[in-house]
Amino acid sequence: MGIPLLSIGTAPLALEPLIAAVIERGEATGSDGAVTTFLGLVRNHNVGRKVRHLEYEAYEPLALRAFERITAEIQATWPDVKLALHHRIGRIEIGGASVAIAAASPHRGHAFSACRYAIERVKQIAPIWKREFFDGGDVWIEGATADPDDAAARAEAERVACV
Amino acid sequence: MRVTVKLFARLRDIAGTPEMTREVAPGATVGSLWQELATEFPEIASYERSISTAVNADYARRGQVLADGDEVAFLPPVSGG
Repeated sequence: MGIPLLSIGTAPLALEPLIAAVIERGEATGSDGAVTTFLGLVRNHNVGRKVRHLEYEAYEPLALRAFERITAEIQATWPDVKLALHHRIGRIEIGGASVAIAAASPHRGHAFSACRYAIERVKQIAPIWKREFFDGGDVWIEGATADPDDAAARAEAERVACV
Repeated sequence: MRVTVKLFARLRDIAGTPEMTREVAPGATVGSLWQELATEFPEIASYERSISTAVNADYARRGQVLADGDEVAFLPPVSGG
């Protein structure tokens, strides 16, 4: 109760509320056989640099729409999966969590796959950026050009998720 | 007509502001607005092939025609997670 399935904000993340949220939403309480979770952490090193902390920013309304799209894609592939996805923005220290995901399903295979698929798609299409502050400077990290309709990117996310 | 431009991450740093308003002519597109900004801020021109664009917080193609009051966002390659 009260925990949104999808959110973006500056508050610290925890997995327990997400787990509770996805289990609560089981169509028939007790029907889920598995919950898998993913917690993305701020790491103290990156491509040879000693990282001090990260700062995340987002285009928040579009990020929420991207999360909704990822949820819809998961519904289409694994109709029995319930997904929760929270991303933190602002300054995050080393060891802090930047993203938390929980996927519940009657079947563990679906839960594992949906959780992996969700984080791959976040990295592909969510309008979120990290600025890395390291010993000696800072740099915006730039990964994928976000295009929700890029079929090749989606196929790659499905491949690593073992669809 | 007048539109709001939103810039993020390094594009915001280059322009020195997260948001600006611009007058555009009727028939202006996301792409023509980008070209104007790339002329004004030559450093962002290198993002020509890598940006994504959004209108009113929904992904949009560069050919989309703008309407008065639109919020147009230019997004460098993303790095969430």
